[in-house]
Amino acid sequence: MTRWLKISWVSAVFTFLYGPLLVLMVFSFNQARYTTSWQGFSLKWYMRLLDNPQLLDAFFNSLTVALISSMVATALGTLGAFAVSRYRFAGRKLFFGLVYSVMMSPDIVMGISLLMLFVLAGLTPGFLTLLIAHVTFCLPFVIVLVHARISGFDPAVVDAARDLGARDHEVFFKIIVPMILPAVLAGWLLSFTLSLDDVIISFFVTGPGFEILPLKIYSMVKLGVTPEVNALCTVLFLLTLAAVSAAHVLTKEIKK
Amino acid sequence: MNERQGFKFIAIFLNMAWFASFVLIPGLMVVGISFMTRDTGTFFSPPLTLTQYRELLDPVYAKVLGTSLIYSLNTTLLCLCVSYPFAWILSQASKHRRPLLLMMVIIPFWTSSLIRTYALVILMKANGIINTLLLAPGIISEPVSLLYTDFAVYVGLVYSLLPFMILPLYAVMEKMDLRLLEAARDLGASEYQVFVHVVLPLSLPGVLAGCIMVFLPAMGLFYIPDLLGGAKTMLMGNFIKNQFLTAMNWPFGSAASVFLLMLMGLMIIIYFTFSRRFNRHQTL
Repeated sequence: MTRWLKISWVSAVFTFLYGPLLVLMVFSFNQARYTTSWQGFSLKWYMRLLDNPQLLDAFFNSLTVALISSMVATALGTLGAFAVSRYRFAGRKLFFGLVYSVMMSPDIVMGISLLMLFVLAGLTPGFLTLLIAHVTFCLPFVIVLVHARISGFDPAVVDAARDLGARDHEVFFKIIVPMILPAVLAGWLLSFTLSLDDVIISFFVTGPGFEILPLKIYSMVKLGVTPEVNALCTVLFLLTLAAVSAAHVLTKEIKK
Repeated sequence: MNERQGFKFIAIFLNMAWFASFVLIPGLMVVGISFMTRDTGTFFSPPLTLTQYRELLDPVYAKVLGTSLIYSLNTTLLCLCVSYPFAWILSQASKHRRPLLLMMVIIPFWTSSLIRTYALVILMKANGIINTLLLAPGIISEPVSLLYTDFAVYVGLVYSLLPFMILPLYAVMEKMDLRLLEAARDLGASEYQVFVHVVLPLSLPGVLAGCIMVFLPAMGLFYIPDLLGGAKTMLMGNFIKNQFLTAMNWPFGSAASVFLLMLMGLMIIIYFTFSRRFNRHQTL
């Protein structure tokens, strides 16, 4: 392939990936109501967001769910990753089978299966059901990320600690956790992102009493394009960008 | 139970209990309910039947299934055609440029697909950017409706799923041993032969992984036809969503979900059979 062809192929793909997002962000600062022409810089749509208590509610609900579910998933997943790399137990294969099937299974199937479970268990769809669902789809990512990190270092370290009299929970909290901290933090940030962005699963497991941002955006977009939605999407995109960049820096740290 | 056993027990038990309660049991429920009969009061009732599956094969529903499969297949092929050269160029880029280029693929990978779909709506609507750009210099005289067409749905699906194809391809290509390519060239292979006999076979695991990661989600992304395709086009995702939220027919919706799970199982089997053969081949 000639150099020229290579450059144009790469630029075309990146333009396709970023062009629409860029347009969205630029027009969130547009003075005009309609996204056809540029009429000057303005922050009024962002101001308007702050005046909309419904949107702010949805935003805080989303942040709450994302924060709590990512922390639960990180704690649980780190413990799980440690357990599968340290111990041999009967259900080990089943465990990995479940981890990978969650990662692979279509979101919609997970959404409807949890919906049926919650309805039959008599749980009202809302904060709790959303939290459970989000922990469930974040957990495998944390397990895989942290497990890869644990298998990456010398098992002699753990043996040495044990020989010197450390008990298992001490090995975990004093040796393993500090060593894998970057991977744990990366897992946490990515879980936070996954939770913040999820549409399909949340769609089935939350109720009208507990609105979250992606679903609010979904219903607003169905009614039409407004500059407020542009501003809202820009905020959400920048949040994702920050979390992913931080996670990226942390995983780079791992490779060093 | 001594202390060591205690810690081990807690660590494993918590995770297993979580997966059992929220993955295994709900999954089995989907399968179980798909064999039951619809009931307006309790959602489903016992007589075990194959009615739901027989109904799925009814021409009306089989058509939905077929349409969705075609959408997924075409989306996968489109993603592959765009991504393969792209991932190759990226994997051959100089070492100091690669991290930045890779990061630029990872960002859309994690960005909400809904936001990205919405960005496409802005571009494609009748008084949107694309139409304005085409109208101004007189390339078109009237706004063309891009939105609510099959074209828009394809653009949406490819746009959302492209990074899922690029990343597995890149992962395989980056690890490829370039000396093999040199060896082939030294032995007189043309560039075409190098590609067909060396590069392509070595990258197949990545191709397969990428296809799985695009094909399955493409069946379920119900909000893409909702926002870009009007009500005309239907994916399995739209169909299942309607069965649960509008028609309130749990058994039928479950049967359609079992179909997706079977498709997933099939792809996993293909992937593992293939990669085992591939690994054996490589060690020889």
